[in-house]
Amino acid sequence: MFLSKTKRLLFLVVCCFSITFLKAQAPLQVTGTVKNEKNEPIQGATIEESVSKKKTQSDIQGKFTILTTDKGTISISYVGYETTNFAAKSQLDIVLNPSTTVLTDVVVIGYGTQKKKEVTGAISTITAKDFQKGAITTPEQLIAGKVAGVTITSNGGGPGSGSVIRIRGGASLGAGSDPLIVIDGVPLQGKNIDGSSNIAGSSDPLSLINPNDIESFTVLKDAASTAIYGSRASNGVILITTKKGRGKKPVFTYSTQVSVGTLARKVKLQSADQLRAYVDSFAPNNSFKPLLGTANTDWQDEIYQTAVSTDNNLSVSGKLKNVPYRVSAGFLNQNGLLLTDYLERGTAGISVSPVLLNNHLKIDINLKGASTKTRFGNGAAIGSAVYFDPTQPVRTESPFGNYNEWSTPNPITQTIDLNRLATRNPVALLNLYRNISHVQRSYGNIQLDYKLHFFPDLHANLNLGYDIAKGRGNVDVPDYAAQNYADSGQRNQYLNKINNKVGEFYLNYIKDLKQIKSNINVIAGYGYYNNLTTNYSFSNYRYNGNLIPGSGKANAVDMPENTLISFYSRLIYTYNEKYILAASFRRDGSSKFAKDNRWGTFPSVAFTWRMINEPFLKSSKTLSDLKLRLSYGVTGNQDGIANYSYQPFYTPNPNDSTSYVQLGDTYYGSYTPSAYDQNLKWEQSQSMNIGIDFGFMNNRITGSIDLYSKKTKDMLNTIPIPLGSNFAPKILTNIGSMENKGIEFAINTILLNNKKYNWSVGFNASYYDNKITKLTAIQDSTYKGTILSDGNGIRINTVGYQAGSFYVSKQEYYNGKPVEGLYADVNNDGVHDNNDLYRYKSPTPKYVFGFSSQFSYKKLTASTVLRANVGNYMYNAVETGASQSSVFNVLGFVSNSLSKINNTNFVYTQSRSDYYIQNASFLKMDNIGLAYNVGSILKNKAQMQISFNCQNVFTVTKYTGIDPEKYNGIDDSLYPRPRTFTLGASLQF
Amino acid sequence: MKKNFLIITFLSSTILLGSCTKDLDLTPTNTITSAVAYSTPQGLKTNLAKLYGSYSLIGSFGTGTSDLSIEGLPDNDQANTDFVRVNFNLQELTTDNAICAWNSGELQTLHGLNWVPNNGFLIAAYARSIYQITVCNEFLRQTTSDKIASYNYDAATLENLRHYRAEARFLRAFQYWVLMDLFGNPPFITENDPIGKFLPPQIKRAELFVYIEKELTEMNDDLVAPKQNEYARADQGAAWALLARIYINAKVYTGVEKNTEAITYAQRVIDAGYQLKDGTNGYKKLFMSDNDQNNPEIILPIAYDALRTQNYGGTTFLINSATSNTSDKNAPRGIPGGGWLGNRATKNLPLAFGDYSGLNDKRAIFGDGTLDVADPIAFDNGLKVNKFTNLSSTGTTPPSQNGTLCSTDFPLFRLAEMYLIYAEAVVRNGSGGTMSKALEYMNLLRSRAYENNTNGFTTLTLDNILNERQREMYWENCRRTDLIRFGKFTSSTYLWSWKGGVKDGKGVADTRNLFPIPSADILSNPNLKQNTGY
Repeated sequence: MFLSKTKRLLFLVVCCFSITFLKAQAPLQVTGTVKNEKNEPIQGATIEESVSKKKTQSDIQGKFTILTTDKGTISISYVGYETTNFAAKSQLDIVLNPSTTVLTDVVVIGYGTQKKKEVTGAISTITAKDFQKGAITTPEQLIAGKVAGVTITSNGGGPGSGSVIRIRGGASLGAGSDPLIVIDGVPLQGKNIDGSSNIAGSSDPLSLINPNDIESFTVLKDAASTAIYGSRASNGVILITTKKGRGKKPVFTYSTQVSVGTLARKVKLQSADQLRAYVDSFAPNNSFKPLLGTANTDWQDEIYQTAVSTDNNLSVSGKLKNVPYRVSAGFLNQNGLLLTDYLERGTAGISVSPVLLNNHLKIDINLKGASTKTRFGNGAAIGSAVYFDPTQPVRTESPFGNYNEWSTPNPITQTIDLNRLATRNPVALLNLYRNISHVQRSYGNIQLDYKLHFFPDLHANLNLGYDIAKGRGNVDVPDYAAQNYADSGQRNQYLNKINNKVGEFYLNYIKDLKQIKSNINVIAGYGYYNNLTTNYSFSNYRYNGNLIPGSGKANAVDMPENTLISFYSRLIYTYNEKYILAASFRRDGSSKFAKDNRWGTFPSVAFTWRMINEPFLKSSKTLSDLKLRLSYGVTGNQDGIANYSYQPFYTPNPNDSTSYVQLGDTYYGSYTPSAYDQNLKWEQSQSMNIGIDFGFMNNRITGSIDLYSKKTKDMLNTIPIPLGSNFAPKILTNIGSMENKGIEFAINTILLNNKKYNWSVGFNASYYDNKITKLTAIQDSTYKGTILSDGNGIRINTVGYQAGSFYVSKQEYYNGKPVEGLYADVNNDGVHDNNDLYRYKSPTPKYVFGFSSQFSYKKLTASTVLRANVGNYMYNAVETGASQSSVFNVLGFVSNSLSKINNTNFVYTQSRSDYYIQNASFLKMDNIGLAYNVGSILKNKAQMQISFNCQNVFTVTKYTGIDPEKYNGIDDSLYPRPRTFTLGASLQF
Repeated sequence: MKKNFLIITFLSSTILLGSCTKDLDLTPTNTITSAVAYSTPQGLKTNLAKLYGSYSLIGSFGTGTSDLSIEGLPDNDQANTDFVRVNFNLQELTTDNAICAWNSGELQTLHGLNWVPNNGFLIAAYARSIYQITVCNEFLRQTTSDKIASYNYDAATLENLRHYRAEARFLRAFQYWVLMDLFGNPPFITENDPIGKFLPPQIKRAELFVYIEKELTEMNDDLVAPKQNEYARADQGAAWALLARIYINAKVYTGVEKNTEAITYAQRVIDAGYQLKDGTNGYKKLFMSDNDQNNPEIILPIAYDALRTQNYGGTTFLINSATSNTSDKNAPRGIPGGGWLGNRATKNLPLAFGDYSGLNDKRAIFGDGTLDVADPIAFDNGLKVNKFTNLSSTGTTPPSQNGTLCSTDFPLFRLAEMYLIYAEAVVRNGSGGTMSKALEYMNLLRSRAYENNTNGFTTLTLDNILNERQREMYWENCRRTDLIRFGKFTSSTYLWSWKGGVKDGKGVADTRNLFPIPSADILSNPNLKQNTGY
């Protein structure tokens, strides 16, 4: 439906641009004025006409006169402003726009821009020069550690595996906590609620975006800046601007990188000899001893490789006639640390931004595309490499592809019987598992900004965008592979498509009212957002192509879809450049809710006092900026809510089902009614923010302090409901409340700035706390909370505690050693049982710090980024396996264990002991690098820069696992983050 | 000109975008609304299948997916939400008929009669019964004459629907009986309640009895006549059989005996044309995988099929849980890939036969194991119960994907129980029956069991009726109900190994005659009051 409308609309647009007009030439005297965006005259602007290439300059009042013909064009240029072309006419009054290169004092906000000094919300902008450097595959990693209140935790070391991004901790437990990401005005569909990618065959949707195309990130943190995004804003908003065409002459930029990823840290395991000695030490004659082999295999060495990767990017940027453009292409070939794991990515981007109709119509067209081929290494190998017996060789003569697997000869059948429940050979897990995906994605938009001819204070802005992707892949495992022995291997496939559309239209009225020292900036707009996913399901097949019986899938195609329709408006009123009042209002209608709950209203109000403009501060020599910001707003969250959960529906079961019902002689499928809550609605967050922006010494030192609190109500939680009241014992409903609060501090200074030296340093710190205040309809102290499913339910959400606190037994010690099975009787009932669990710490850091430094001496630049988290705890699930019973597995095999197995001497695994909840505070050097600006080469035809970077340089922590950083705080065979050395060169010509 | 064009463009775009608010009404691809689900005769039958599927399956989307995602489910195993499986654990495992080797605390407390209200098996059983009630309510809600008026059904469809609706009421009454028997005072929900987040009221056991009695009597005319319905669908015989069952237990449920009514309805079933499965191995054939064929005894079964009605509960559970995993022992039971080493009998069950070799009383169908259970969690302690088998009467094993799933149907109601009820009600001084008929009926069971008529009773006492019940009906999910009716479930006068958690058994508090309302539902529904003693 929308598509046809879009087509009609595009048709109209195209019609309107295809009007051309031809006339005979005649001499024409052009007179006019040149003014800047503040309507002040510009003196000395260059005016050039196209017919005889004559030039002149504007006078002190901005006036000029030049002779041309009526077919000529007038080009006006001035340093710091965009060169603009106009068709000649007798009177030309021109307003030049500042060029983007000097736009650093302008901040992108939702639906528009704002002068940085007048910003009313808690907004942070990071531009390309401040990005993290080195081998970076997904864009969000560019700003890791750079913004106070934003934590970016990579999902591990896999190529393109993406990150968990949290702005001020997120605002939800059940409806998603990912921020809204908007690229050049196209809001991206969120990930799946479980954090997995919504595009099949990709680790993360952002892995299909080339970081090299990105110009800047703007992070909107408080409600004053995000509320204009209404129902998608509670978790904050990240606006990404991609690079645009600039300059006149085409400039080619070619950059190339070679990086080498190495294993930074291995799990400290018993060596083969240590394991042999350990087994011996128990009972030299026990039945496990004969199982041991004579080999000395370090399984971690076997499964990890040195990962060599290359990244090549070429772009050309310039201006063709009046049309600035940028065309870019990139090719990434990244190998994972894990054997067999790789990502190949080709990307292309085009951006054109013509300005037409005497500067009245600005058009921005952005098109980006990516195509990836990924082979996913079998992650199960990471855990197996910890446990597989090091006394066994990798290879041996066996029916399992000649990999050594736990098996026993069967004297009756003369065959080798696989021990189906034993740990699998890690190398076989990798080499015999082929999961290869091919993903294509394209996104882009056309944005028309039209300054009305008869009413130039009013802009009309139309933005039409799309985001489409197709992900498909195959998983092949040969029939002899132990990992799929029961099913005789597999030959399976997966496929999905996404098709998202955006249409936005707004009017923007900006007026300077000099008489009353006021400026007003009003927008009112409409938005339409449609996300359609097509998921295909396939039956499972054995390696020989035979269908596995009973694996028939319900429906070959499922097409979940949601639509959001919005009306929004904002008023920014500035008085005397001193007092700024901003108010925004958004009304969203979502297809995810029933008619009565469909529309939500999200207002915000903010007040900013630019104290520096007060007379008593204006004369200050040290203080160069001081601003107080106050804001309050209401935002919503609906991204993670399933599309149709408010509707009463019946789901037919598959035609090839194994779940028929016999009635008479016939087997029938059935209709299953699904549980639903027709009163489902958005989560709502009320946020308050108090902030101070400051600058000293002519802004050589700038910074900000923000205090915030965010209260989420109607938070979604899956709660047990009275049985009989619905079609399931539990239902997702709006029931909870949560409070977040925090403090953020950021400071950037230029320590040195002269001809030889330049040294800038940035530091940010944030404090964050969170408490769940309600989870059930009836406050009930006996309701223990919602156990989270990851980590075998080691975490829980409970009223009065931090979200995701660990839920464990309190270990008792004797002589400093934990005593097996002895736990504190927390509930004083005299017995230790499940009711003795208590809530202890959480994976959320209380304090997060980021530090960046960039030091230049002549042509040499050294830079580094450090990050620290303090107060975060981790469940060391890898260590829980260090027990006697896991070494001597009753299923008839031997497992390896951590070298510190004797720290506990546990016979049985005590997986719920708080002994394994460990302080995972850390300091990490993310990046250290040197860049050398070679300067002009090839007879001044090109500029060259070379760089060297090391990423994941070091980690300082007390945590004993391989890496203290994992978003969910459960360390269960994390894909190790590589230590990467990158050599890069870039060439401009 | 161009200006106007631009203006038109922008204005039209606003109008076009603005007209899209209807797009907020989106519906899923692969599901249907109730309006569609009930609009065709096929749709009605498909919905009916769900009602029956609610006790033959755990869910309609494969063996691993249950309609009930319950927190704290035992071993996190969805199969524990199966109707027959979890009712076996509450009705048989709690008695002398069964003991289980699985070393799970929650399971062991069932046989030990020392369960606590948050025992996962309790919520699983309770939720299963309420789930079937809820889908039956939905069927009744959606098929009122008002709702179906627009579908213009022909007379034949309307006649079918009349039966379907009566069957929905029967299944609901059946599950309310299960709840009344196990939990006493469950929440009470009918088709007049909404679907949403409301708090169902609690109903008292005696009031529920009246409701079930009224429902079964009222709907009876709308059910198909006995033996005239399709296989595995309820008919009038099933409703009478359930009435006979609630009347024989009426004193437990209401404090008032209703033996006369028990005789009336047992007689009605007996007269309806059902016959004992007779002949050589007649009793054994009742519990074999072709027991859906030529079986005149079963009044209402739950139908399973290893290929098309896959469920790791039901008879698959009864057979596998009682079998070891060594293949030579599996082969005779039709589960070459199975064997879960769980359930056996305590010695009371084989000893109830005296000679439990199976050579005389053919109902004594036991495997190996020691007679006594010294260790509850040792599978070879206690005789294996081989009554249910996946073999067919000709010794074949029906096709199965993994050699584990079974095709044997479970008899919910069969004629033999009606004979037992008739005889018991007569002995309990109900009127309308005669002792000679009672003896005749009991001896029909005896002669079938011995495959001759030389072992009949000459007099009947309550004791020999209870013993005969145990021999005839063991592992058919009624032992606990029987022991309670005879006052032997909690008392110290009748003991079995590990009753009350001790080797030789001990009595427990009488409050254990009722299970507690599961704590999860007490927490979510403040209308519910816990049963006495918990």
